[in-house]
Amino acid sequence: MASGRIVVEEQQLTSSGPNRVDLKTKLLTAFVVGTNVLGNFAMSWGLKHQAVVLGLSPLPYIRLIFTPWVLLGTTLLILWLLSRMTLLGWADLSYVLPVTSIAYVFSAVLGKVFFGEQITWQRWLGTVFIVVGIIFVGLTAANTTKQERAQ
Amino acid sequence: MKWFMVAIIVGSTVLADLLQSFEMKRHVVAVEDLRPGRLAGMLRGLAQRGPLVLAVFFMAISFFAFMKLLSVADLSFAVPVTAASVVLETVLARLVLREKISALRWAGALSVACGVALLAV
Repeated sequence: MASGRIVVEEQQLTSSGPNRVDLKTKLLTAFVVGTNVLGNFAMSWGLKHQAVVLGLSPLPYIRLIFTPWVLLGTTLLILWLLSRMTLLGWADLSYVLPVTSIAYVFSAVLGKVFFGEQITWQRWLGTVFIVVGIIFVGLTAANTTKQERAQ
Repeated sequence: MKWFMVAIIVGSTVLADLLQSFEMKRHVVAVEDLRPGRLAGMLRGLAQRGPLVLAVFFMAISFFAFMKLLSVADLSFAVPVTAASVVLETVLARLVLREKISALRWAGALSVACGVALLAV
């Protein structure tokens, strides 16, 4: 271990007990999910309400990027990328992947409410599987690896 | 072509996530660095970290391969088949990143992967 650094054990990163996920990790997880869902929704909304034919020419794509909804979507998805990177530093990859999958459920609900998409019984079953999976993973410790932090 | 694209998507997604998880744990971003005044500095720092730049490159490959897959296959095929990466990444998180994955977490990851697959049916 390099001098000037400390090794932070799993228990020290959590607020109380090995299986508790601290508040900052919970808040950042919510932010990651929120920016993903709203970013995809804004992109989808913007693309559905533009009468632009997309071909091989890059110009229509560039014009599309600067329309309000697509610009909002792109900004939110950049924030999603950065916040997810930060979250991957705070929690296990095997924790982040399942827990942030709740975004699939919210996207399906937004699709039904705003775009009138059909939600079949298979989709509802899929939602139940995802929620159960997230509850299972949420009961485990968010970070099980040793970390080095600059002092 | 279809399965070739699936292999590229899953492979590049897995590499991107492993690289991000590895690098972000080497130098953890502190809560204070997320304040608006420090955000620009944090972004500059991230852009100078080779593994993260490589991870973004793999994400771009995954994105364009997914677009290509959608042009040759249905969404109801594309989403479930790429959800398999959740399970593969959990296996690699155990083997490469040395994460401790309990039976409960395994059950959760499998359940989520099944759920994502069902959502696209």
